[in-house]
Amino acid sequence: MPPPKPVPFECGWLRIQKSHSVSDLLELTAAGLYCPWGDFYIDPWRRVGRAIITHAHADHARPGSDRYLCAAPGKLVLRTRLGGGAAIDTLRYGESLSINGVEVSLHPAGHVLGSAQVRVRHGGQTWVVTGDYKLEADPTCAAFEPVRCDVFVTESTFGLPVYRWPDPTSVAAEINAWWQTNRDAGRSSVIFAYALGKAQRLAALLDPSIGPIVAHGAVMKMVEQYRASGVRLPPIDRVPPRARRVGDGRAMVLAPPSAAGSRWLRVFGETSVAMASGWMMLRGVRRRRGFDRGFVVSDHADFPGLMQAIAATGARRVLATHGFSDPLARLLREQGLDADTLATKFTGETVGDADDDGSTDDDDAAGGEA
Amino acid sequence: MRQFTDLYWRLDGTTSTNEKVAALRDYFAAAPPEDAAIALGVLSGGRQRRAVSLTLLRQWAAESAGLPAWLVEECYAHVGDLAETIALLLPPPNAEAEHVDLGLATCVQASVHSLRQADDDTAKRAIVEGVWRRLAARERIVWHKLLTGGCRVGVSKTLVARALAEVAGIDPAVMAHRLMGRPIETAEQFAALLFPDETEADSRRPYPFFLASPLEGDVAALGPVMDWQAEWKWDGMRAQIVRRGDGVAIWSRGEELVNEAFPEIVAAAVTIPAGTVLDGELLAVRDRQLLPFASLSKRASRRRVTKQVLAEIPCVFVAYDLLEAEGQDLRNEPLAHRRVVLEQMVPHPFTLLRDTATSLPGSTPEDARRQLFLSPCVAGDSWDALAAARGGSRERGVEGLMLKRRASSYAVGRTRGDWWKWKIEPLEIDAVLLYAQAGHGRRAGLHTDYTLGVWHDDRLVPIAKAYSGLSDAEIVEVDRIVRATTLEKHGPVRVVQPTLVFQLSFEGVSRSTRHKSGVAVRFPRIARWRRDKEPQDAGQLADIERMIERPSCDGITA
Ligand SMILES: [Zn+2]
Ligand SMILES: [Zn+2]
Repeated sequence: MPPPKPVPFECGWLRIQKSHSVSDLLELTAAGLYCPWGDFYIDPWRRVGRAIITHAHADHARPGSDRYLCAAPGKLVLRTRLGGGAAIDTLRYGESLSINGVEVSLHPAGHVLGSAQVRVRHGGQTWVVTGDYKLEADPTCAAFEPVRCDVFVTESTFGLPVYRWPDPTSVAAEINAWWQTNRDAGRSSVIFAYALGKAQRLAALLDPSIGPIVAHGAVMKMVEQYRASGVRLPPIDRVPPRARRVGDGRAMVLAPPSAAGSRWLRVFGETSVAMASGWMMLRGVRRRRGFDRGFVVSDHADFPGLMQAIAATGARRVLATHGFSDPLARLLREQGLDADTLATKFTGETVGDADDDGSTDDDDAAGGEA
Repeated sequence: MRQFTDLYWRLDGTTSTNEKVAALRDYFAAAPPEDAAIALGVLSGGRQRRAVSLTLLRQWAAESAGLPAWLVEECYAHVGDLAETIALLLPPPNAEAEHVDLGLATCVQASVHSLRQADDDTAKRAIVEGVWRRLAARERIVWHKLLTGGCRVGVSKTLVARALAEVAGIDPAVMAHRLMGRPIETAEQFAALLFPDETEADSRRPYPFFLASPLEGDVAALGPVMDWQAEWKWDGMRAQIVRRGDGVAIWSRGEELVNEAFPEIVAAAVTIPAGTVLDGELLAVRDRQLLPFASLSKRASRRRVTKQVLAEIPCVFVAYDLLEAEGQDLRNEPLAHRRVVLEQMVPHPFTLLRDTATSLPGSTPEDARRQLFLSPCVAGDSWDALAAARGGSRERGVEGLMLKRRASSYAVGRTRGDWWKWKIEPLEIDAVLLYAQAGHGRRAGLHTDYTLGVWHDDRLVPIAKAYSGLSDAEIVEVDRIVRATTLEKHGPVRVVQPTLVFQLSFEGVSRSTRHKSGVAVRFPRIARWRRDKEPQDAGQLADIERMIERPSCDGITA
């Protein structure tokens, strides 16, 4: 069957490093990554007929397409993102589906609840598109699984070797110790974290014996979807509307970064504020953001994680996207792989995701979901 | 190393003065004295000699981490701080590093000193790698800064003195005096510093300098003009002459002994009676003209001054305060009283006559004394009169007026209210952003160093490189525009489309053959972002050329 015509290029801003051979299973079009044989898109940034979604973050899941496909555990959070009317089909992790003769399966990416790597097989070729992923353990979602493939399309948000995450259990201990110190001093602890994924992961790391955990409405909305999807989280209170005083100087407050410096924080009295993000690795970023503390907690793979994941696929060809794709691709080429970059809608060298409720965290060049 | 690292990050993480003092106090109270002595040297901003270059460290780190040099470069461009980049790139430390804490003194002695003595790079590398294996990333950053002489933590001497005074339980002023001008390198010296009683004072120690604050707002708010003494604000080098026993010591404000750099001043100071301490300004003067500050810096940096340099850059000392006379500390006397005694001690007001300005230290005491002058008072029976005098500052080559309360004592540090610098307004021009470069440290990753240009015919020519004086929010906004309007990238420098206009302030303009524009501006800085202006509204090179002045001292009289 001849491949149908992809959406033609029309955008000057779309930066294509290299045109790939016609036999590529997936190719980049103006609407996103497209499979001409199966006639579907992966994480398209325009309205299309059929969209396979790696996860529900706003830079991957956009509303308006005719049909969606995602991993079963992510259905509720994706629906929250896309709205009630969206037609969402699901696949269990590892289950395959044939779309116009192209075999598609979804595999855990370990990024947030329901996040998936998309495996596409056709004509003896296997491609895997990771979306966002991490290798570290996360009690709120299924662990990343390496999938063998010929071509690996990998994210590279933290694709520089300066990014090497500390042991998550020691970070959890650090966060709980900070909370305890604040509580003893009668201060509320506020952690800014992305409303989908990061906040729930943090909640699962907290020690509820220290004090009450309360959350911003944007976080709470996702907490409910996580619970409804069967994820166990400690008790978390909603901040009542028109509350005058909350938490008694003992609470841990989970809030999206957009709440930083807002009036909403006033009800907590004296606070100590922290940010939980991979970017907190860097002193310059920590200082510039002006938080009292920065905790290195990321839902993306660090540099060793990327290298490990790439090696585990056995892929001969790697396409890096989303972040430090240029240096990562160059390094892989020097190591003998056929590697290149794949443009995303967000070009520029310090791309951050716009994962939190669609709001780009454009206050910070190195900001964004992390 | 862990205690000092904690201190470093605590200081780094706060802008609150009290929090900084608390961090210092906690450190000095807990650290072993041999570590504390070294920490004090680092915190005092003493000139640290680099034991190994960052270039070598970078190369070794790349090899240790198994990374190509270009990737390390890429990381550096992203992180903005080489010491931090290297620390993050290195493989994690040995497992036992968690249990053994390498003391600061050990780290500095065993590594910094032995590195300086190491014969070749292989030997140096072995030392460095040995320490790398034993330090965590956060400790490595600090250690790299110690190694390369770049450990700056942003605490003033006053804060260090306050913290140490709290630890010792003594008056901060006494501590400040103890800290002045004596090296503290050993555990014994540090312990002596904390001695609860007054010890035998080093007879050559200077007093802590009293610093003036910039005057903002209406000068008339200072009260009756009669309560104030006005002097010119010299653009020289602040110094104290300590004349005690048989000796003379000239101390710069940075607490450096600069006797060797100013032999003619030493020779002149020997002639004043022992038991005297003068506060004043070193100035370079030739042919009835004040020489640019750069000439004076050239003198001050010399260990040995040749006859030729002495002739090229002759210097004088202009005294404006008397801190000690006949061995008595006068700092608590009112300024008016100190001034009377000073005028007796140093009778010649600074008036530039041809023979005095060019004469080298003479052989007779009478000649030698001619290098010491009195800072003349500027007369004015109203604030308006003083404002008028101040208006002539630029022609005189001074920076404005100093206002000192006649009844004030000589305090420690920057105590607001008694000494004000009433500087003349800076020169200004609107200039267009041409190139931007990413900053380091706190602003790492943001474009904060701007090269600005003005119109010459129909081209924009660069005239100054200025560090941003914008707010954090504006910096972020400019950074975004820089990224969006980049035309070319040359390493860390981006050539941008000329779209942004900034008001550039500077202190002076001179002709320069080194600059394409033919002019060099002094102390350029960004005063504000002119969002209301388009590039075509920016200034002309000719406007700047009109500001070129030759400071002449003709007419400077008491
Ligand atoms: Zn994501
Ligand atoms: Zn993403």
